[in-house]
Amino acid sequence: MHVGLTQVLILSALLFCIGLYGILVKRNLFAILMCIEIMLNAVNINFAAFNYFLPMPDLSGQVMMIFSITVAAAEVAVGLAIIFKIYHDFKTVNIDKINNMKG
Amino acid sequence: MNIYILYPEITVLLLTLLIVIMDLLLPVQETRRSLAYIAVMVLGCLFISLFYQYHFGISPYFYNKLFYFDNYAIFFKQLFLLAVIFTIMLSLDYADDLRYSGEYYAMLLFSLLGMMVLASANDFVTMFIGLELMTISFYILAAFKNNDENSSEAGIKYLIMGSVATAVTLYGISLIYGAGHSLDFNVLAAETRFFVPLMLTGIVLLIIGMFFKLSIMPFHMWSPDVYEGAPTPITGLLAMGSKAAAIAVFIRILFVAFLHTANYFLPVLAVFAAICMIGGNIAAIKQKNIKRMLAYSSIAQVGYILVGFCAASPQGIKSVLFYVFLYIVANIGAFAVLTVVDKQNKGTDDKAIAGLSKSAPLLAMVMTISLLSMAGIPPTVGFVGKLYLFLAVVEQGYIWLAFIGFIMSMISVYYYLRVVKVMYIGKANNDYINVSAAIKITVIISMLTTLLLGIWPQYLSVLTNFAAISFAL
Repeated sequence: MHVGLTQVLILSALLFCIGLYGILVKRNLFAILMCIEIMLNAVNINFAAFNYFLPMPDLSGQVMMIFSITVAAAEVAVGLAIIFKIYHDFKTVNIDKINNMKG
Repeated sequence: MNIYILYPEITVLLLTLLIVIMDLLLPVQETRRSLAYIAVMVLGCLFISLFYQYHFGISPYFYNKLFYFDNYAIFFKQLFLLAVIFTIMLSLDYADDLRYSGEYYAMLLFSLLGMMVLASANDFVTMFIGLELMTISFYILAAFKNNDENSSEAGIKYLIMGSVATAVTLYGISLIYGAGHSLDFNVLAAETRFFVPLMLTGIVLLIIGMFFKLSIMPFHMWSPDVYEGAPTPITGLLAMGSKAAAIAVFIRILFVAFLHTANYFLPVLAVFAAICMIGGNIAAIKQKNIKRMLAYSSIAQVGYILVGFCAASPQGIKSVLFYVFLYIVANIGAFAVLTVVDKQNKGTDDKAIAGLSKSAPLLAMVMTISLLSMAGIPPTVGFVGKLYLFLAVVEQGYIWLAFIGFIMSMISVYYYLRVVKVMYIGKANNDYINVSAAIKITVIISMLTTLLLGIWPQYLSVLTNFAAISFAL
């Protein structure tokens, strides 16, 4: 089978939807963080694919992808630190139990 | 390559690194106030020096049009500097209780750096970097209080919602890149293929992501919880800086990159503005915690600011800039008072603020004036700001929007004055509140600015006009 832009875009859209679905149904904070990573990686595939398959004047898509990977790494580092703090305060990482504030 | 136009960012970055290093060198038991004083002085000098950068004629770009240093960017940079200077001043006492107060100031400055990059962003790469630098610093700051469950909860909620918003925005940007073959705002503006499905989906996803960041009404779920749980000075900076920065870049995206589609998205923005004004004001009525009340009221304030977007004229942009300024000044006053109350009365609900007129008359007066300015009562600058907004939008034919804004301002007076009533009639449980000199300076500057600009608005008006003509509307 020939793999072109369409197939890659479908793959990235599927990954994005899987990530979004995971965020909505998962209750464990680590799983939610992983789902966010999946969504961001779907975006990276998109940028790389557009840059590779379309006649772009420059490599800005790939540059953007590198920045997005870096930012995702920073986000996960902060996320893990905050989850650690959550576990210290609440003794759980289940997001349903973390609801002191309402209204 | 004219690297001098980056000098505000370079100064802030060097200052931040200096503070991080000094924090490591100072003995642990030493207070970190000295670092805060250095930061306030440097940022103050930077604020004054930016007045000399306003220019006529062509504005300089940096590095292949990634970064644009026009009057509009300078105006917003000054606003962010103002917001962060006063946030540092009002958190001097508050930060002494935090375990890592040196890092607290460093994080504040990193978020300032993100906001300043965002104000100049002329390309989706710069915009993304600025936005993430700002929000990631805010995730850390929101969860900064030790042994406080609410603070951790605020941090994780902000992180999850913020990351999802980032992913949605980025997905939108990638589709725009695919359809428009560029990430540069100016190149996208010259693009004529707007009505391909790929481009439209991209624009919709991007706008949804920005709505999350701005906490526009259907996408606002995170903001009341984050505002309530975060440390009080950070709540203030979230309400002032992060909103103003998102507004700065949102205006640039809408009116530079997607100027040709303006006629199609403006009615949608008008509907969201109406939802924000109605929903924010009504939800704020029943709130008992003042921080939470201010969160809903800030949603309503963003609704008023969106009204200025709908005008899509230089007057509209000018009124938005004017309103953002007065909103920041009013919030500085309100959150300075709340920070003192939170520290000394252990809470920000009605009980903690009751009888403030006896225990700290100055604070009660400033709080009253700030709230009246947010409600738009005549002697304050809030009235002038709302007048400009509604005049600009009525000129473009959105009379119904101005009407809704007017009615909702009347409703908002109810819950703002309820706080005033509690402060002046309620019974104090703590009959003396100690107000430090830094807080006194902050609140007096905030109060004087609110009142004097309300009487002589023309000075600020000239500046905002000057900043708004950068746009070719």
